[in-house]
Amino acid sequence: MVWKFTEDRPIYTQLVEQLQLRIAMGQYPPGGKFPSVRELASEAAVNPNTMQRALTQLESSGLLYSERTAGRFVTKEADRIMQMKKEMAQHLMTEFLRGMKELGFTKEQTIRLLQQMEEESI
Amino acid sequence: MNEQLEQTAPIPQVQGEHAPILVCEHLSKFYPQCLALNDLSLSLQPGRIVGLLGPNGSGKTTLIKLINGLLTPTSGQITISGMKPGPQTKAIVSYLPDRNSLPEWMTTEELLHFFADFYADFDIGKAREMLQHLHITEKMRLKTMSKGTKEKVQLILTMSRAAKLYLLDEPIGGVDPAARDYILETIISNYSKDACVIISTHLIADIEKILDEVLFLNSGVLVMQSSVDDIREKEGKSVDALFREVFRC
Repeated sequence: MVWKFTEDRPIYTQLVEQLQLRIAMGQYPPGGKFPSVRELASEAAVNPNTMQRALTQLESSGLLYSERTAGRFVTKEADRIMQMKKEMAQHLMTEFLRGMKELGFTKEQTIRLLQQMEEESI
Repeated sequence: MNEQLEQTAPIPQVQGEHAPILVCEHLSKFYPQCLALNDLSLSLQPGRIVGLLGPNGSGKTTLIKLINGLLTPTSGQITISGMKPGPQTKAIVSYLPDRNSLPEWMTTEELLHFFADFYADFDIGKAREMLQHLHITEKMRLKTMSKGTKEKVQLILTMSRAAKLYLLDEPIGGVDPAARDYILETIISNYSKDACVIISTHLIADIEKILDEVLFLNSGVLVMQSSVDDIREKEGKSVDALFREVFRC
């Protein structure tokens, strides 16, 4: 996965989102060791303090936890990860529905279109 | 008795988290018929990567040369870790000039020893490792290298010192995008909580992601000092976009 940043928002919030996506996709599996700030900063080519800020946020939201000497780990709680996935899905759907509304489709029409597309692809 | 001795001993300079590494107070520099810096005051903390940004002729290089002691201020003062620029500060300041300052006839091996002789904090092993990584051999002479390679060698030498303050004057000007990425990567991987890195450039878009904060200079005046994410949060745009707006011709 490539790190991508848009111009209009803070870099740390974009890092939080992209790290969450990597956790959701299982690139960093539940209970697994999380890379160090230094490694991640190098990989994403961002300032280490900015990366630190993103990891601190993921820690305070319970997705990561630190062990004093061993470093940071992804939470073992599958529920917490599922909750994050649902939040991310919600966000995607809100964006999608907003776009459909702009095009003039009602919710019902949108659902019908989705079903149609699903059937056609089978 | 021991306690008393300790108390009467000179108090070492406190270098806590909030002790600034660089302080400029009411700094001005006049050249004949030109005011290069006008009453500039700022303070920078260790552990920060700072972008010194401004259009051509805004005073970036003048400020860097003043900090490095290559120029003397007309008025105002500079302190680095509490000291005025001089031999002691040169021992803790690592400077990359905006043009090649090294003897062109030297081989990389000679340059390594040149730096090791001059600077006690130069880590020759680290420099060798980085040069090897780029396949720059010890026998290559500076004058036979391409512009991009020369700039990389200079950057490697500059970043291989364990300095407290790094002054990088236009480190990414005039090199290709791949070399630019390498230079930025080197700056990130050498990050230290105890050191401050100042990077002057007008190529903001390339460098924005690696900066903590930015200083905007215009006609010798410090018009803004802000963190990158604060600008993005408040303005809803990148530092690059803000720069283009502030300095629209």
